[in-house]
Order: sequence, then structure tokens, then C-alpha cells
Amino acid sequence: MIALVAMFAIYNVIVYTQGTSNSTPKMSEKALKGEQLYQENNCTACHQFYGLGGYLGPDLTNIISNKYKGPTYVNAFLNSGIKSMPQFNFTEEEKDALVQFLTEVDQTGYYPIKDAEKEANGWVRIKYKNQ
Amino acid sequence: MKKTSFIFIVLSLLALIAGAIFGALAGIQYVKPDFLKEVIAFNKMRPFHVSTVLGWIILCSTGGIYYYITEVLKLNLFSKKLAGVHLVLFILCAIAIYVSFATGKMGGREYFAYAPIISLPILFGWILFGINYFKTVVKQIKGWPVYLWMWGTGIAFMIYHLGETNFWMIPYFRENFIKDFTIQWKSYGSLAGCWNMLVYGTAIFLMSRIKNDDNIGKGKKAFFFYFLGLFNLMLGWAHHTYIVPTQPWVRFLSYGVSMTEWIILISIIIDWKKSLSAEKKKLNNMSYKFLMATDFWVFFNLIVALLISIPYINLFTHGTHITVAHSMGTTIGINTTILLASVFYIVNLEDKVQLNKHIKILKLGYWVFNISLGVFLTCLLLGGVEKSVWMYFTDKPSSFGQMQDKIQPYMYVFLTAGFGLLIGILIVASPMLNILVRKYKHST
Repeated sequence: MIALVAMFAIYNVIVYTQGTSNSTPKMSEKALKGEQLYQENNCTACHQFYGLGGYLGPDLTNIISNKYKGPTYVNAFLNSGIKSMPQFNFTEEEKDALVQFLTEVDQTGYYPIKDAEKEANGWVRIKYKNQ
Repeated sequence: MKKTSFIFIVLSLLALIAGAIFGALAGIQYVKPDFLKEVIAFNKMRPFHVSTVLGWIILCSTGGIYYYITEVLKLNLFSKKLAGVHLVLFILCAIAIYVSFATGKMGGREYFAYAPIISLPILFGWILFGINYFKTVVKQIKGWPVYLWMWGTGIAFMIYHLGETNFWMIPYFRENFIKDFTIQWKSYGSLAGCWNMLVYGTAIFLMSRIKNDDNIGKGKKAFFFYFLGLFNLMLGWAHHTYIVPTQPWVRFLSYGVSMTEWIILISIIIDWKKSLSAEKKKLNNMSYKFLMATDFWVFFNLIVALLISIPYINLFTHGTHITVAHSMGTTIGINTTILLASVFYIVNLEDKVQLNKHIKILKLGYWVFNISLGVFLTCLLLGGVEKSVWMYFTDKPSSFGQMQDKIQPYMYVFLTAGFGLLIGILIVASPMLNILVRKYKHST
């Protein structure tokens, strides 16, 4: 039992440090403020990052770099209240923070990964953005 | 102590009904976005649904464990006061969670959308449960059957992983989006493993009791299954994050572990079904029926889970309604049928005569529940296939809104089946609530 607990502890420490290491830079203060707003308004109930979250709205991982969307589109959409979007009343500063958060999320990777490398053993090599 | 167990179970049944009502309302919003938008928009309705349904699983398994260790295994509970505090704490947390959603003071993390401060008393409640459980069981039972290990493991790991869900408040995690996001889903995957330990432990306990054969919980196969479940709980979480750009070894390890998970449980249930006499099936009719429904839904989920845990397939199913079919198939098809079997077992022990009076309506509820669930999951799978085609196999991609419009026919049937599930749950849960409340009034 002690060995199992020790193994679990070591595994967790490795995951928290090396296993989840990535070349993404630290989020800026402005992006963190945007993330806080994203959470306080429970945007994850409808939206996804990397395919994880709700299903009523689109995945937002690469919404900023999407050539048909981008920061201006997102900024205009936030207080629109159209379709399922609740009628939010974000200030300009809050909208900027949310766009900054989405911009920095966009820099972390790709979703969906249309050109992932598929291997015969069922494994998939995903595409990294920062390499 | 019986009273405390009954309150846990009665509250859990109320949570099941309320969770199904919230789910049906959220389903209407899915196809009619303006429905109740000004009163409770979807970003509030969904957490009401998710948290209430999680409450059903937690409260029912907890109430069952308290009941089984004191009333069936006849152990002296270490502290009845501690159990009472545990109950009051969970009731206060449930109220606080609802207030948090209603007032919009949310933490906004998937599955844990309530104000994060509420996690503290919830965590404390689990610690109290853990103290009471281990102090009760360790001294009084030697050579634990597997269900005692599973319950103990579920409680212990729940304490750790509930803490882990809140690591996002530590700057080291929060400042790096990928690290934070991965650990968030690590904790969720492991938490699901924790309540599966509580629920599957209950299933094995029920099987051993209905058959009156304690060897079911002591065999090598049962312990092999327990260790597989434990390794999945600890290491299998990363199949949720195959797409997230973390280190490949974390995901590859999970791929290997995930392939092992379901096979042993199904073989245990099949062995049990084969060896059970007709007489014992009849004695615990509804409990047996729901365990057989579990058997069927395990098959369904076995196929879906195994397929979507293969990264090649996961690439196309991830982020689609196929994942929802898997998670709802597990929580409704497996966890809920096991827990309903558990409540039937307890009600059967407490008042068989009253239960038998409702047997016809209960059988009707059983079929309404299971047929609705079949339609419900089929619609999700079909909707998921459409979304995957939209994401990966369309040359000229349409907008998200157009894709949603395309899957709407499936979602209307899904909504109808959701109401069918609600009706099935009402038919099954109402008589049991009635009997349990009456027994509560007459118990000491």
C-alpha cells in the first residue's frame, strides 16, 4: 500500500512538472483577467477549448486566428446576446481582456487538428504550435 | 443511524428527479435558445443540471454505504455524530451551490461551476466520511472483501482529487493555460474513477448479497478488476486530453491503461447472472432487473469507450456528441441503474410488502427509462457523427450555426427521449421515496 501511494505521488509530481510542460509562455495579467471573466460567466457551459466544454456554442481554441472570425468579430459578438448567447454587458476593458485571453489560448495549439499524423498502432501525433 | 442513511437516500432521489427536470429544461434550450433565456440562460441551467445529477450519484452511494455497513454488515459506526455533521454539511453545500448559480456568483469550471469557496466544506465533508468509514471498518473486519476496498479507495482518492480540481487557484498552474487545462481534466477523469469506485463497489456488494455468496467480493477476478479500476483512476485520465499539446508519454500511457478498463466488470456480472438461481432473482426482482439493465448498458459503453479511447478514432469523435453519449451512457446507463438497484435492495429489505404493491408500475417505469435511454444515446451518436463530418470531412466548411441546424432533427428526438427518461425516473423514484419517507418516520 505504501509503495502504491509513493508511486502515485511520484507520478503526480512528474505530471505536474514534466508531463504537462510545454513551450507556451505565461499568460499576461490582461489574459488572466479575461480568463476570470470567462469563468465568472460560466462560458464553458456552451463553449469548448480543445473540444472540452459545452456543445451549444463553437469551440474557441483558434477563434482568433480563424480567418473568417478574429478579434474584431469576437469583440462585436460578446454583448450581442444573439441566439443562445446570454445578454452580457461587458465594458470595453472587459471585452479587451476576454479577447486577450482568447488570443493567448490560440497561441497554445491547434483544434481541430486536421493534419495530425496517424500511425498504424492507433496512435496519433498531434501538431504543436510552438515548435 | 438508519435515519441518516434514509435522509441521504431520500435527498439523492430528489436530486435525481430535480437533475432530470433541469436536464429536460436545458434540452429545450438546446433546440429553442430563447426558452427561459431571460430567467435562467443555458450557462446557468447546465450547471444546475450537472451539479444536481452529480449530487444524486454522491448522495445515493454515500447513503447506501452508511446503510450497508451499519444495517447489513452490522458494524458499529465509529461516530453517528460525525455522520450527522457530514449530512448537514452536504445539505448546506447543496444550498450554497444553488445560491451560487442563482445569483451568478460562479467559479465557472466545467462540472464545478459553483463559487470555489464551496469546495472547502465539501472537502471537509469527505474527510469526515473517510474518518468514519475507516475507523469503522478497519477494526471490525479482517480480510476485506473487494467492495470495502473500493469504497475506501473511492473516498480516499475523492479527497485528493477534489483538492486537485482547485489547483487552478495556484499561480504555477493558472499562469500556464495548457498545464492548468490538463490538470483540470486530469482531476475530472480521476474523480469519475472515484465515484465509479463507490458505485461499482455497491454493484459488487449487491451481487454478493442477492446471491448470498461473499466469495463474489473475495475472488481473484474481483480483486484483479479492482486494481485495473485503480490504475485507470490514477493513470487513465489522459484519454480526455489526447488533443491537448502535453508530453506524448502522458497520453500514450493513458492509451494503454484505458484499453483495459471495462472487460473485467462485464465478466463478473455475466458470471453472477449465470450462477444465480431463479428463486433469488424473484426475491430481489427490481434490484435484479436494474442490475441487468446495467449489464446491457455496460456492453454499450464498453464498445463506445474502447473505440473512443483509441487516439486514431478519438481524433474524430473528440468534442462531438459521441463523447456526450459516452459520458451520459456511463452516468445514466451504468451509475444510475446500479444506484437504483441499490435503493430497490434497501427498500426491499425495509418494506417488501409495500414495494410489491407497486411492482407493475415500477416495471413500466423500468422499460420507459431504458427505452428512452436507448433513443437518447442513439441521437447523441448520430449528432456526433454529423458534427465530426462537419469538422473533418467537409471541403467547404459551413458555419457552426449551420451545423447545429443540420443536427437539430436528432436533437428534437433527443429532447423527447430526455422527457421519456424524466418520466421513467419519476415512475421509478416516486414509490421508493414514498416508502422511504414512511420508514424514516417510524425508524429510531
